[in-house]
Amino acid sequence: MEEEKKYLLSPGNYFMMGNEAIVEGALYAGCRFFAAYPITPASEIGERMSTRMLQVGGVFIQMEDELGSISSLIGASFAGKKAMTATSDVGFSLMQEGLSYGVNCEVPLVVVNVQRTRGFIHSAHADVMQARWGPTGDHQMIVLIASSVQELFDLQIEAFNLSEQYRNPVILLTEEMTAHMREKLTIPPIEEIKIVNRKKPTVPPEKYLPYAADESGVPPMSTFGDGYNVLYTMNPHDERGYNVWSAEIYDKLVRRISNKIKRDADRIFRYKVDFLDDSEVLVISYGVTARSALEAVRRAREKGKRAGHIKLNTLWPSAERTIRELTQRAKKVIVPEMNMGQYVLEIERIVKREIISLTKTTGYPFSAQEIFEEIERVL
Amino acid sequence: MTYQHPLSKYVRVDRMPHIFCPGCGCGQIMNVMLQAVDELKRDINKIVFVGGVGCNSRQVCWINGYAMHGLHGRAFAWATGIVLANPELKVIVLTGDGDCAAIGGNHFIHSARRNIDMTVVVCNNFNYGMTGGQAAPTTPLGIHTTTTPFGNYENPFDLCELAKAAGATYVSRWSTLTYPQLFRSFKKGIERKGFSFIEVLSACPTNYGRRELKSSDPLVNMNNIKEITITEKKASKLSPEELKGKIILGDFYEVEKPTFYEEYKKLIEPARKKFKKI
Repeated sequence: MEEEKKYLLSPGNYFMMGNEAIVEGALYAGCRFFAAYPITPASEIGERMSTRMLQVGGVFIQMEDELGSISSLIGASFAGKKAMTATSDVGFSLMQEGLSYGVNCEVPLVVVNVQRTRGFIHSAHADVMQARWGPTGDHQMIVLIASSVQELFDLQIEAFNLSEQYRNPVILLTEEMTAHMREKLTIPPIEEIKIVNRKKPTVPPEKYLPYAADESGVPPMSTFGDGYNVLYTMNPHDERGYNVWSAEIYDKLVRRISNKIKRDADRIFRYKVDFLDDSEVLVISYGVTARSALEAVRRAREKGKRAGHIKLNTLWPSAERTIRELTQRAKKVIVPEMNMGQYVLEIERIVKREIISLTKTTGYPFSAQEIFEEIERVL
Repeated sequence: MTYQHPLSKYVRVDRMPHIFCPGCGCGQIMNVMLQAVDELKRDINKIVFVGGVGCNSRQVCWINGYAMHGLHGRAFAWATGIVLANPELKVIVLTGDGDCAAIGGNHFIHSARRNIDMTVVVCNNFNYGMTGGQAAPTTPLGIHTTTTPFGNYENPFDLCELAKAAGATYVSRWSTLTYPQLFRSFKKGIERKGFSFIEVLSACPTNYGRRELKSSDPLVNMNNIKEITITEKKASKLSPEELKGKIILGDFYEVEKPTFYEEYKKLIEPARKKFKKI
């Protein structure tokens, strides 16, 4: 491990592309298995990984398709490696099957989705709902989204930590704009980076129940080859992991898998607020949109208008309590999105107030002026 | 005195009985495979049994070792991830004609091409047994299944030819009736490094038998396997006309080639030399 750490980038300032920061964040998080199929605009992640994984003593493999990529991650994760893939658009659709296995068998793994418009490679946030609801079956998904190169690095580490903590796949969303943006990245000293590793069983193999969890809802996870000999099946399974059908056992399993994440929604919620206190109009945004939205709110403030901003870094699970509290005093909420209005549905569900959905599907991000004009219009 | 099966230490006895129909070959495959593991004195704790979905894949649920089950066709990709994440592990892929050659076909040929270190055991019973006997990519021409009621009109795959062309480094085909050869083949497949492909022709009395042979009698079905197969040695003496409708059994191919991981790890040092700490 010490040998591998020699090949991490030193702490300090870098001028780096978003896709490259994703790679470096993953390596810091302890990711040692990367499998993917090339797709623009995520390909630079795989290209950099092909060298970096060798250097840190991990594995890089370019798989035959996205079904294979996500599936190889599942095998690698069970064998004890922190694993990730990177994709976009239809590639992400193909991964939903593997993600459903990941949810049901509680496999820690990370999927980066660099969102794009179809065919021509421009930015979009069109997979916000697919990231939440893509896999078959009842489930919760942890979905993070970044709005800068720095956040891609930080949230990539966060994504691995959450996947290890909750034994659930985690999706890191970004879009073409941030992934291909080059800007400043500061890598903090290694001792300041918090790393979470999965819980291991503490009882001997004959006493181990692979799907029995304590109050956290997250069972300890053994590793292939360590003698615990677990059967992992996507079929309904009991605490021993045996595929059995019992309405009661199935109900208990589905509820535990969902609740372990749902009840921690406010704890998983990552966000940043600006000018919140006295704001009458609140802009809630995420991804590259958050940069324009914050600038728009600043302009409004300069003109004496009471506008505020919430930048979301966690989209799912939605932190109902926190979002309700943060929006309590605002009269109106504007949700600008680079899609036909996806997350606004969730905001409408949580915040019973006048919500204005601002949509854009041109492949280009919002300008600050566009959002500023909307603030002026509603105030 | 209670009788204990000599292989029971490898089996999750507490969850018997299994789901295989009378006369099904999956139980025989499991039996021979575990005997091979036993004879080789392989530590079961260092083997991962991987099955996708289907009757033969389902047998991993009764093996008392680490096992993965439940996504149709993805067994090869899972195995790739496992063996690259920990090359010390032995991975045995238990799959069927549909799981391997239809929905998992792409992963199958690419794992073979990369020579990933895994032992593949394909139970070929010429149809989709678990879902009710539909036609499969290996169903011979003219055979009646639930989706080819007037006889199959699609050309079948020859899985061994496919495996060899794709890059498998060990290829053999036997049936559940050629027990000694199968046993030898399993031992070889488990012992050697690289992508070992073993096709096992098997009876499916419940689905294939009832529709094509008009009988679910295990003996009728096993005799059918006997009739349609011929060893490579005997086949070499027959003309193409005489071989029509016969499936040839044998150890077809073996070659030593470096595995994916053996080639990959050679690149660690050159890559590290390129690393510049800023």
